[in-house]
Amino acid sequence: MKKYEVDVVVIGGGSAGLAAAIVVKKADLNVLIIERDKELGGITLQCIHNGFGLHEFEEELTGPEYVQKFINEARDLNIPYLLDTMVIEFTPNKTVYAVNNKEGLIEINANAIILAMGCRERTRGAINIPGFRPSGIFTAGQAQRFVNIEGYLPGRTFVILGSGDIGMIMARRLTWEGCEVKAVVEIQPYVSGLIRNQVQCLEDYGIPLITGYTITKIHGKDRIKGVTISKVDHNFDRIIGSDKFFECDTLLLSVGLIPENELTRESGAEISQMGGPVVDNNLETTIDGVFACGNVLQVHDLVDLVTAEAKRAGLNATEYIKERYGKEIGKKLRIKCEAGENVNYIKPDLINKTDLLNDIIFTFRVKVPERRILIQIRDNKNKVIYKKKRRYVIPSEMIELKLNLNKLNIDSDSTNLVVEVIPRPEVLIEKD
Amino acid sequence: MSTINNEKNLPEGSKEIRCIVCPTGCLVHVENVNGELIIEGHSCKRGEEYAREEFVAPKRILTTTMRVENGFLPLIPVRSDKAIPKERLKETLKLIAKTKLKAPIKMGDILLEKVLGLEINIIASRDLIEVR
Amino acid sequence: MIYDVIIIGGGVTGCCIARTLSKYDLNICLLEKETDIASGTSKANSGVIHAGYASPRDYIKRQLAIRGNKLYTQAAEELNFPFKRIGSFVVALEDNQIKQLEEERKKGIEDGIPGLEVILNKEKIKKMEPRLTDEVVGVLHAPTGGLASPYELTFALAENASMNGVKFFRNRRVVKITHQEYVFTVRTLAGEFKSRNIINAAGLYAAQISRMLGLDYFSITPRKGEYILFDRNAIQLNKILFPMPTKISKGILVCPTLHGNTFIGPNAQNIPDLEDISTTTSGLKEILEGAMKLVPSLPVRSSIRNFAGLRAVPEAYDFIIDNTDVYGFINVAGILSPGLTATFAIAEKVVEFLELLGEKLKVKEDYNPSRPKPERFKDFTKEELDKKIQEDPTWGRIICRCETIPEKEIIDAIHAPVGATTVDGVKFRCRPGMGRCQGGFCRPRVIEILSRELKKSYEEITKRGEDTNILIGKTKDFLLNQKREGSRGK
Repeated sequence: MKKYEVDVVVIGGGSAGLAAAIVVKKADLNVLIIERDKELGGITLQCIHNGFGLHEFEEELTGPEYVQKFINEARDLNIPYLLDTMVIEFTPNKTVYAVNNKEGLIEINANAIILAMGCRERTRGAINIPGFRPSGIFTAGQAQRFVNIEGYLPGRTFVILGSGDIGMIMARRLTWEGCEVKAVVEIQPYVSGLIRNQVQCLEDYGIPLITGYTITKIHGKDRIKGVTISKVDHNFDRIIGSDKFFECDTLLLSVGLIPENELTRESGAEISQMGGPVVDNNLETTIDGVFACGNVLQVHDLVDLVTAEAKRAGLNATEYIKERYGKEIGKKLRIKCEAGENVNYIKPDLINKTDLLNDIIFTFRVKVPERRILIQIRDNKNKVIYKKKRRYVIPSEMIELKLNLNKLNIDSDSTNLVVEVIPRPEVLIEKD
Repeated sequence: MSTINNEKNLPEGSKEIRCIVCPTGCLVHVENVNGELIIEGHSCKRGEEYAREEFVAPKRILTTTMRVENGFLPLIPVRSDKAIPKERLKETLKLIAKTKLKAPIKMGDILLEKVLGLEINIIASRDLIEVR
Repeated sequence: MIYDVIIIGGGVTGCCIARTLSKYDLNICLLEKETDIASGTSKANSGVIHAGYASPRDYIKRQLAIRGNKLYTQAAEELNFPFKRIGSFVVALEDNQIKQLEEERKKGIEDGIPGLEVILNKEKIKKMEPRLTDEVVGVLHAPTGGLASPYELTFALAENASMNGVKFFRNRRVVKITHQEYVFTVRTLAGEFKSRNIINAAGLYAAQISRMLGLDYFSITPRKGEYILFDRNAIQLNKILFPMPTKISKGILVCPTLHGNTFIGPNAQNIPDLEDISTTTSGLKEILEGAMKLVPSLPVRSSIRNFAGLRAVPEAYDFIIDNTDVYGFINVAGILSPGLTATFAIAEKVVEFLELLGEKLKVKEDYNPSRPKPERFKDFTKEELDKKIQEDPTWGRIICRCETIPEKEIIDAIHAPVGATTVDGVKFRCRPGMGRCQGGFCRPRVIEILSRELKKSYEEITKRGEDTNILIGKTKDFLLNQKREGSRGK
């Protein structure tokens, strides 16, 4: 059995893993990246469209360009990595077991682990579309991989379910490859991705965006022949008599992403409701010395935000190794963060009271879009310790707040916080 | 509606343009009234500028792939180094489709120079090594 | 060549008969219309091995199910397919239902079903199955009730039959059968086969096959059952849970699978189309509502797949197993529930019928009843794994991360006797794509391996045979083949 001893092992060599590993390496620690694919870069490599890098590099890059910069930096820093290697288990005492076809079973003993496994796509089963089970049904990301990386086209005429950014970007991508996209169908009454993509990926090519509809039947016993879409009411139940038929030979599903936490779950780390691990303000999971960042923690809308989070995880893992005490004490006294009204989830899940003097980065998403709102944080005594006005919130935009709870005069005996997004009281509206 | 030819070569008529500058997505009305552009519905300066450009000469960055003969992967992702006039995207895509490259390729390498007689190059979006 | 026996139909019934007959000195072939065996009812059913009390006493299916249940123990040892006796509950939610449970128990015990008991102690019941509703007032517990994976069983049977000399022909839809001078000529869409005996195990198509010889004494109605499968991380059950049975059906189950997931279903809807395995909004709603009565905490959002299967339902609701008026033609039809339970007993019956036809059945000297257990990554210790990868590096390349399936298992599935030729064939044999991502990650890699092992192009690899192609061309093909329409405006 091949054995490695390192300070930090990073599981996943995509955008998150690379950024985290670079930070660790720059702090003069030994780091090892484990990547299951045949090259570093992760999913960003197949996102060949532009729109990346504005935060991180202040220039607009394509996905491959963005991640190439990190690959180059990792190479220049001589960061070791294993490719085609799948982690099959990691333990709370930070031993990682992986396999590949060259070295066999690999045991890596580390002082800290950074989880950066990314996310996966929701599938047809997860949304229970009735009908036959023909060929020609792909998730949008799977089709993206076939078209952009493997070099194969999954079909000629498409219907896309879900107006998330991947769905809309694939609509344009396929159009540019000479395919026909009949419609993008969205169950919500509003587009779920960015307006920029709605304009530049759909409207530019006259691809209809049909909101408030979902696919209620899949036609075709062998290859898919078409779909029936129906209008839905506010409970997402089909409205009778609203059916429309679209002929297509391929259906793409872009119906959401789920953090990829199989390994995390098996390790015994606590997983929060939205699928990512429970973490504290240092991005440390409930297992000591195991950190999480990127889409394995929460699905981000921009890779730039993944990078920023991954750098924090890298930094915190470094600090964890260098001064591991204080922290264990801190973990005994914690404030729990909860998602309140119109908040889908909140990260971190926990705040160490020993860290109250530091700035804490909160990230969350709303459940439904709303205009003229107030973001507010209440403590367990219902005292509002923070509020902020915003003109507009949408589920597709991750909201980030950097707060110093000490400066906000949080009670030292607080046990939990609720973050909520509420309509603004009338008085405040005038000031907008 | 009467139209007057103007020196600035402005498109005629009017257009509803959805602003993409921020998530608010204002619907901006742009109209050529006797050679002068009337822009309304935007709520910021950037939005106005965007709508003007989108009305006068809409352009897009093109991102696609090119075939590679002996690469680690069969395709390499590429992009135009400048935005291409929207109406010429299709031609550019066909031109790119016809080309077959040879690995190795470095990010930023110019793969097609001055496409369609414009000052626009198609460049590589990543490194691609030769297949061993 | 003239076979001694042609079996029509490669479902669990046909393959079990093939395997049982492969013990004897007979020339046998099996014809399957689809690209793979286990493509019909055997692919999509609950996999429950019933204790056998559920059918009325005057039905042959009761007697065969009770016998069949017992035969599973030895069969599972010989054939190494997934099988577990986890026990089942029939759940009474009202006091007046207890009497019915008591009656079932009494009759069952008399007919030799071991261990049947009625449990009324709620605490005890909840301890055995904590997920069960608080409304429960009593259960009929059948400890011999169990689970088998119906398609893995079918593959195991076919592999073993093939090892013992049975010839399997897939993509052979039977279109005509003639009978002359004690020899049947079976014409298929791909060639003719001749035999002295035919066993009709064509499932939903059994009545059509029978009619080819003028035997129209029964008909088969397809009855659709829909299912929803849940992620194993969201819910895990200990027991198979049945509601109180109705006249036409055992009702909607809430049931674990052998791989730790949970499924609910089926409902029961008679339909005209023999191939309509579509799921419906109303059907999925019906089974969800039904299942919630037994397990109210069902994690609705964690479903990973819905599917439907068709059961072959004869008018009399009982198996049709007989020597027909056409000498040498045996019908094994209408194998509805508990057909999977009864399958080994059904095969024994077929042996009897062949003997009645005067076949002198002699056990082959080299008959090998055992089919080796497929080697699974998950079953190895870390040390064994390391050794395995050193011996064969394909053990070290993980293709499916949800189920941890290495390349080696997929290669084995392709090259097994009666092996996989399609993406679904691989999926049903060794599970890549069965997990929560449903193939999102592994499908491109499975296509790559199938393409390499079968020496076919990517575009030729199908989901489950003809007309179910997955990829239709190479990136840029459409742009290159387009006429020059775009450049007109220049």
